[in-house]
Amino acid sequence: MIEISGLTKTFGAGASAFLALDDINVEIRQNEFFTLLGPSGCGKTTLLRSIAGFVDPTSGSLTIEGQDVLALPPYARPVNTVFQNYALFPHMTVAENIGFGLEMQDRPKAEIKSVVDDMLELVQMTAMADRMTSQISGGQQQRVALARALAPKPKVLLLDEPLSALDFKLRKEMQIELKRLQSETGITFVFVTHDQEEALTMSDRIAVMSAGRILQIGGPKDIYDHPAERFVADFIGDTNFLDARIESVEGDTALLKLGSGNTIAARAVQGGATSGAVTLAVRPEHTTLTKDSALIDGVLENIVYFGTDTHYHVTLNGGGSFVVRKQNQPNIPEAFSIGEMVGVQFNAGVGQVLRD
Amino acid sequence: MAHKSETQATRRRWLLLSPAMFILLFAASGPLLIVVIYSFLTAGDYGGVVWSFSTDAWFNVVVERDFFDDTLSFSDAHLSIFWRSVKLSLMTTFVAFIVGFPTAYFIATRPKNSRDIWMLLIMIPFWTNLLIRTFAVMEIIRNEGVVNSVLVGLGIIDQPIQMLFTEFAITLGMFYVYLPLMVLPIYASMERFDFSLVEAAYDLYASRWRVLRRVIFPIVKPGVIAGSILVFVPSLGAYVTPRVLGGGKHLMLGNLIELQFGQGRNWPLGAALSITLLAIVMIALIFYVRSAGREEMSHG
Repeated sequence: MIEISGLTKTFGAGASAFLALDDINVEIRQNEFFTLLGPSGCGKTTLLRSIAGFVDPTSGSLTIEGQDVLALPPYARPVNTVFQNYALFPHMTVAENIGFGLEMQDRPKAEIKSVVDDMLELVQMTAMADRMTSQISGGQQQRVALARALAPKPKVLLLDEPLSALDFKLRKEMQIELKRLQSETGITFVFVTHDQEEALTMSDRIAVMSAGRILQIGGPKDIYDHPAERFVADFIGDTNFLDARIESVEGDTALLKLGSGNTIAARAVQGGATSGAVTLAVRPEHTTLTKDSALIDGVLENIVYFGTDTHYHVTLNGGGSFVVRKQNQPNIPEAFSIGEMVGVQFNAGVGQVLRD
Repeated sequence: MAHKSETQATRRRWLLLSPAMFILLFAASGPLLIVVIYSFLTAGDYGGVVWSFSTDAWFNVVVERDFFDDTLSFSDAHLSIFWRSVKLSLMTTFVAFIVGFPTAYFIATRPKNSRDIWMLLIMIPFWTNLLIRTFAVMEIIRNEGVVNSVLVGLGIIDQPIQMLFTEFAITLGMFYVYLPLMVLPIYASMERFDFSLVEAAYDLYASRWRVLRRVIFPIVKPGVIAGSILVFVPSLGAYVTPRVLGGGKHLMLGNLIELQFGQGRNWPLGAALSITLLAIVMIALIFYVRSAGREEMSHG
């Protein structure tokens, strides 16, 4: 569908040059909800704008369905964008906004009207068709921006942090709405966000970006359970990092010796070290706290109650801190108290060795 | 208590308004009233007015009484001057728009810190004396002027082109003098324009020309309307420019009015012509604002 290889973008020149995209290689598949995830300034928006045609890459290639689009201006590319600030035309009604793309393609009037009606229905804005865009709420503007970009039936829909301006509840609604629209229209979505939760709940695949590079591409579960790099593990969800030494590697399983002297099996990283010191990433909810000595031991420093779960902050005997998360149940009193000696237990294969 | 402080506030507001009210009453409405009164009086033999009521002046605005047999006919001289004033003012406004719009666009799309410098460059001529600027235009287009000298020198033409003392010269002069008045308001609305809308339109398959026509122009239209009014109104009443560049052969309304108060010694006619000019401006404005406003409404 979209094939990007060796894509590089440098802003400025000489000493002040800034490498916004650093050798990007990615293939986005047909009918996929693909998310570019990363902190601000990581290059995700620059990559999106390169696909749209607003950024002219310094080198590399970009094809959509086999067609090289780098030489094409934005209005000749089969992609549409939902902008972060929506960029709705203030001098047009909701219906005129939605029909704009079709009108610019010189489609017949009757066709424009029927497509606009369909789109209004799709985003549940039929009642607002004749309002000016300044007369509708932020969430409604969001829907109009979506409908406007979908109306010309682009091959790819680009979404630049479209939900960031909405409040929490509306954002949750729109996340589900976007998924529905994607499956109903069958259009490939490329979605940019800095919100890891948004990325995990909506995407088929996620590309985690940092400093102009793609660090890891994979499904949400893959990215969450098996982060390949420290940045990915840290950026998505909460993670404990443990120092360990590799005893042996067999296939994708590594046998590790922890600081406590105990050994545990964990998932090895592809192309990572096969011996020596490594970092092990373990999710807090994949671990349990015990009264007895366990895999690693320490002192319970703090108990933080979160409603759905409780976080136990443990200072390990060998130094360093560790967080254990426990799902809360009603009618069960807190079993642990601060200052207590505790053990931390997790199963073989739960941890992930990182590529340092 | 509350009531008392309210009346005090009202009183203070009126006090603050009083300078403006004074100017409106005595400096604007007063003279206008005098002009209206004069237009209904009889002309004195050596200028000035005789205090007896007459509507002759108003008749003479459009009608001529034959010197010998007293028959009435349309005053061709006056009507042609009216027509020329309107025509040249419209042309000036149009040319100022054609040049001013891209200029404003250019400045508004410069980096923020260099925009002020560009605006300064637009404004500097505006601060220069009108007469000096008009003579500068004359220097450029007269038969021995810069343009003709260069063209003759290059052998492109044998005889200098007669540009000075033509309607072209008047239009050129007024365009040059009033251009900043077109650029300023368009720039003001262009500066507030959200250029991400241009990206959105490009993204939705609009070519450059259509982005300009369908997105940029409709949104900055209030600035264009303001600029057009600011250029058209003073053009219609222009006096110095047609006098200097038209060489007295191509009179405009301003010159005709001056003539009545000067050599013509017909103050009532001059007063009536002034009121007529004012009426033309008002009617033009009402039409313009109405039609522009209606288009705006059709979107809503």
